[in-house]
Amino acid sequence: MLEGLLIGLTTALSLQNMLMVIAGCLIGTFIGMLPGLGPMSIIAIMIPVAISMGDPSAALILLAGVYYGAIFGGSTSSILLNAPGVAGTVASSFDGYPMAQRGKAGKALTIAAIASFAGGTIGALLLMIFAPALSSVALLFHSAEYFALMVVGLSAIAAFAGTGQVAKAMIMTVLGLIMATVGEGALFNLPRFTMGVMDLQSGFGFITLAMAMFALPEALFLVLKPKNLGGDEGEIKDLRITRAEARAIAPVIGRQSLQGFFIGVLPGAGATIASFLGYAVERNIAPKHEQDEFGKGSIKGLAAPETANNAACTGSFVPLLTLGIPGSGTTAILLGALIALNVTPGPRLMLDEPQIFWAVIMSMFIGNLVLLILNLPLIPYIAKVLAVPRNYLIPFILFFTLMGAYIGQNNATELLLLVGFGICATALKFADYPLAPLLIGFILGGMMEDNFARSMQLYDGIAFIWERPMTLALLVIAAILVVLPSFRARRAKARAEGVAEGD
Amino acid sequence: MALDRWIALILLGVCLIYGYTAWFTMDADLAPFMKRNPIWPSTFPKVLSILGIIACLIILLGLEKTEQKEADIDYRRLTDYHLGQALLLLGLMVAYALCLRPLGFLGSTSAFLILGSFILGERKWHIMFTVALIATLSVWYLVQEVLGIYMRPLPGFIGG
Repeated sequence: MLEGLLIGLTTALSLQNMLMVIAGCLIGTFIGMLPGLGPMSIIAIMIPVAISMGDPSAALILLAGVYYGAIFGGSTSSILLNAPGVAGTVASSFDGYPMAQRGKAGKALTIAAIASFAGGTIGALLLMIFAPALSSVALLFHSAEYFALMVVGLSAIAAFAGTGQVAKAMIMTVLGLIMATVGEGALFNLPRFTMGVMDLQSGFGFITLAMAMFALPEALFLVLKPKNLGGDEGEIKDLRITRAEARAIAPVIGRQSLQGFFIGVLPGAGATIASFLGYAVERNIAPKHEQDEFGKGSIKGLAAPETANNAACTGSFVPLLTLGIPGSGTTAILLGALIALNVTPGPRLMLDEPQIFWAVIMSMFIGNLVLLILNLPLIPYIAKVLAVPRNYLIPFILFFTLMGAYIGQNNATELLLLVGFGICATALKFADYPLAPLLIGFILGGMMEDNFARSMQLYDGIAFIWERPMTLALLVIAAILVVLPSFRARRAKARAEGVAEGD
Repeated sequence: MALDRWIALILLGVCLIYGYTAWFTMDADLAPFMKRNPIWPSTFPKVLSILGIIACLIILLGLEKTEQKEADIDYRRLTDYHLGQALLLLGLMVAYALCLRPLGFLGSTSAFLILGSFILGERKWHIMFTVALIATLSVWYLVQEVLGIYMRPLPGFIGG
């Protein structure tokens, strides 16, 4: 392994490759900030550039830089504008945006940068150690387990709901799942619930829905009730994190790097589930008084999804490099790039072309480090976005939501849908319905139905639930997650009344 | 009845229509060979409609105790806020959606940005024009030239 490390280092540390990493990080960060352009589309756009370089190591290093840059850029728009452009950063806006509203935008971005850095670096370390062994574990997961894993992810939503909000969160989740069934399912090739409208054939766009649920109601609230965005006098203060805060988030980062990485290893699970689960887990194990902070600007609530999604992104390279199976959309595109460069990832990659395998791993370390060095000094300037006068900022937020929805689909109907859903979402927000579960349900819905259908077909019925112990275990965990909040609330209430003081 | 229960009522209607479609209309035009499949296109929606109806009923019947909390904006006094501005901006977004193709990207976007800040009460025309033009041109350059996503820049009749 040491020899491999040295090969990787010498490849990655050449002047040309260093320039590649820096260029990749910068391009990724700036384009990633535009809502609607996630890592996947940016990498897809950069592929022609990468392929024309001809050197697979350099190409991969450039793409890795773009990838990490794009993820960080995506968090920036979630935190500053509540406009998550990528599914994986939706959870970052739960606590990142409230922090920005309190004038702690600089601190939120710093935490995001550090958490991403730590998640990515620890992920790369784990990748180095576990890649060969993990590939066999990942293959144990069948569609039945994926289905169960997604049920767990959805049940974790109960963790987002406060006391007495579980039914509302459930409605919103189911609504999200319902919306995910509109259009053609991959397994059936039948248009469903389109009401004969051609534009609905491919379903609702994820970006459209994300913009309509988060960015648009937020912008409308700002119009209805003007308030100062950047906190007091729009000043960006509290840039540095204190020692106590660093101590508070360190265990979160440690746990979520591990958890995120292992979720990322499972093909298809990816950064989205990792970030939601990470958020839910941290919320559940936090002490009571910190639990109330979640959703209102908790630093732990920001650090958890940021770490988990970066670690998961790194984890998704495991099946790609060791089995040649892409676990996410982004790694699928990378696989395409690799094949175009005459490299076939798979079990033999490490034996045949060790310099590529190790160069990728080293480029992850370097990409993360460069990103941190580049971004920390830039944070005050990025956070200045909030100091733009309201009269200019709001039209721009609206314009970027429209653009995000338009670029993805190139379809003007999508914009009308965006406005329509935006109005509905504002009404829901008035009535205190949580909007995040709807989006999570929508994101996971399609995958969940596909995996459910596949396991139904494999087992010719729902027998897979009790015939596969891992599925059963995951489903039991899901049930516990749903029941736990109301049980906890009841116990707390009973204790408050002084009844359950048994011991 | 409070707004959240009205919304639950509306959502209940949505779930009922959805459930009706899933339970009674979808299976009829299923190809015969697909009927041997353990899962049908309507299986998942059927389950969802039931779950949705249950959750709506829980709220509608008030089975779960919720505590009232101070909302950021009180919807009962909506007219106290800048409702007009919000509605105008929504109208502007619809107009933008309808004009984007026929008028081209450059024209409709700069008009959107200028009118948007005008609605919000900005009257410094020289700044508004400069900002809108620079933003429009740079976004268009980025999307069209750098990223290669086609956007019709000018109105169709000029040949954009």
